Amino acid sequence: MSEKSGGDVFLRGVWRENPVLVQILGLCPTLAVTNTVENAIAMALATAFVLVGSSGLVSLVRKLIPDQVRISAYILIIATFVTVVDMLMAAVAPSASRALGPFVPLIVVNCMILGRAEAFASRHSLLPSILDAAGTAAGFAVALLLMGGIRELLGSGSFLGLHVLPGSWEPWVIMILPPGGFLTLGAILMGLSWWWGRGARADEASKPRRWPHGVREPEERAA
Amino acid sequence: MGDLTRIFVSAALVNNFVLAYFVGLCPFFGVSKEVPTALRMGGAVTFVMVLTAASVSFLNAWVLPVAPYLRLISYIVVIASLVQIVEMVVKKASPALFRALGIFLPLITTNCAILYLALFQYARGYDFLEGLAFSVGAGAGFTLALVLMASIRQRSETASVPTIAREMGLAMIIAASLSMAFMGFAGLFTSGGA
Repeated sequence: MSEKSGGDVFLRGVWRENPVLVQILGLCPTLAVTNTVENAIAMALATAFVLVGSSGLVSLVRKLIPDQVRISAYILIIATFVTVVDMLMAAVAPSASRALGPFVPLIVVNCMILGRAEAFASRHSLLPSILDAAGTAAGFAVALLLMGGIRELLGSGSFLGLHVLPGSWEPWVIMILPPGGFLTLGAILMGLSWWWGRGARADEASKPRRWPHGVREPEERAA
Repeated sequence: MGDLTRIFVSAALVNNFVLAYFVGLCPFFGVSKEVPTALRMGGAVTFVMVLTAASVSFLNAWVLPVAPYLRLISYIVVIASLVQIVEMVVKKASPALFRALGIFLPLITTNCAILYLALFQYARGYDFLEGLAFSVGAGAGFTLALVLMASIRQRSETASVPTIAREMGLAMIIAASLSMAFMGFAGLFTSGGA
């Protein structure tokens, strides 16, 4: 792998390899906790803490972990950080902790965190790993805020709890219910697909599915 | 007995894991292109769910009263080991299925539906039998959602879909309609969800 500058490692996670909008990872929290902007921010912060912490630690101990048990070891590291953030949130921000409910402990199984540990942190030194994790966390936050903003605005006519649309606005209740999550993400993905597809539309459809950066093909993994 | 049925139906339809709670979405979108694969994936997930529910009720009874802070870590270790065992069995018993499930088999570990089941079972205080009914119901609901999705996507293969909606865009809209349809089950139990 060619060496890349730190800024590039960071920006890749934000845009070109955005975990949610490009790699379609971490969909559960993206859809479940984005009915208000406040929830989206709390979720983005909690995930960022776990992502940066676990990527850093995985990178530090990467030479000590035998290859056969690496996934279990990564999961244990992630679970430890999630336990910390779960207890921290319950103590510092009890209302946010209640609003997110089981989705805080469920950060453990957010595929993007294990994905970064396996694909990047296990092969790079501390600083690039932290930059890579921070970029992915920022990309996740962008996606969550976009979803939360659209859903709260259309679903309750407000932004961060402040009413911004005129009183005559009839809220689209469906947007804050489960189907609204799927609809919003579908619309965003189609919009992005249109944006990226301008110019290269013809060959885009025939391209084979690309695996996210650094993830090995399943056949290779099974061998 | 009526209670167990209620838990089963509630988990399978009213509070469908995928369409109402948004858990288990990665396999829902990733392995829902063909009905047979979807069925097998549903079976594998249901199987792991039932094993998890059984193990979790033992953990809840014996380990967690002593060390409550180990809840999340002990759950995830149990799930990871179960998935590893299932993976080894599938690889030996049916290499074709192993290839068909691809990367999604090891990813059952990080399938939020399984951990969600464990957390829920704890939060609701289900005992062993209730836990089993809950896990079979959740697994059935997951399989149902996956198969519905796969059959619709299979049919849309031959339809002329605008380029921007190929892949995920269309899948999201289909999921939204399914989710809306499942909201119709909400009135099934009048005295609040089970």
